[in-house]
Amino acid sequence: MAAGATYEPIATTTLGSNAASITFSSISSTYTDIVVVGRMVAASGGSNNVRMRFNGDSGTNYSLTWLYGDGSSAGSMRNTNFDGITMSYPNSSNGINPEFIVHVQNYSNSTTYKTALVRNSWAGTNGAASTQVGVWRNTNAINQISFHTTNTDLGAGMTITLYGIAAA
Amino acid sequence: MTPISLGIFASANTTVGTSYESIATVTVGSGGSANAEFTSIPATYTHLQIRGLVKGSAAASGGLLCQANSDTGSNYTRHELGGNGSTAYAYGAASQSAVNLYGNYDNLANNDFPVAFVMDVLDYKDTNKYKTFRILSGMDKNGANYGEVFLKSSVWMSSSAITSLKFYIGGQNLGQYSHFALYGIKGA
Repeated sequence: MAAGATYEPIATTTLGSNAASITFSSISSTYTDIVVVGRMVAASGGSNNVRMRFNGDSGTNYSLTWLYGDGSSAGSMRNTNFDGITMSYPNSSNGINPEFIVHVQNYSNSTTYKTALVRNSWAGTNGAASTQVGVWRNTNAINQISFHTTNTDLGAGMTITLYGIAAA
Repeated sequence: MTPISLGIFASANTTVGTSYESIATVTVGSGGSANAEFTSIPATYTHLQIRGLVKGSAAASGGLLCQANSDTGSNYTRHELGGNGSTAYAYGAASQSAVNLYGNYDNLANNDFPVAFVMDVLDYKDTNKYKTFRILSGMDKNGANYGEVFLKSSVWMSSSAITSLKFYIGGQNLGQYSHFALYGIKGA
């Protein structure tokens, strides 16, 4: 069997000031999977979710199935025909900073819809944990990943790192 | 507010890790395959991770399964926390004939919606303990039935070192483009 080192950092960004979105473009097709590790910061209070989009597609071509727990009960829900893959649940405002890990499987193939496995949680007030599976109904290779929130800007201190995993 | 845009190129890679290594990959070709198997897994790592994207081949129920060292006996246990879009549920079973990675009576076939999974096999070569599998898996079908997400664990009740892992779907072949990648994680 062949063996080779992999799981490499591709890029990291930490916002020094508020921004509407973060976009990683010209993502190399060198790898098999992409892993995203992030911490959400919202620019202002209110109901905010951080969402991920591929290749600039802002259409309703995404959907999710959720499993979550809030400390007293567990539940499951779906989002169909969504405009992105949501990583934070349920709402994140100032002072609530969900941290998430996302596995984007086989992102560079051109034969299957793209599937992401998400794990997200935060502690403290209204703490919760969730895992969700999201799909982008598109077979194109992913070469751009962007992040935005639903009702405000991304806040200073928000950080996202992309890793690449290459199979033998 | 101004968007932040970062151009990324392969040359931007900053470091190369040495503790997480690719061991082997299986991609299912046209016509499908009964299984995807990794054999002669080296004992040079501490843990294994298998990452996959799987499609079925028939409009029939079946679970995505894995057996260690070709053991087809009832030597596996199963616990899981799952969500089907409306209900969260827990399930457990003893005396299973394989590790269950996704579903049981689910239709994994056809269409373009694959099952994605990440499975960790902890201390796979330790001959002093049973082997534990930890799984994150899911498939979403934009509201259609059989879309679920899971956190699972299984135990293979054997203290033998794992040298092979076989993946298959109960009752049908793996579909074309199914992809399994085996990685080794070294200890200090």
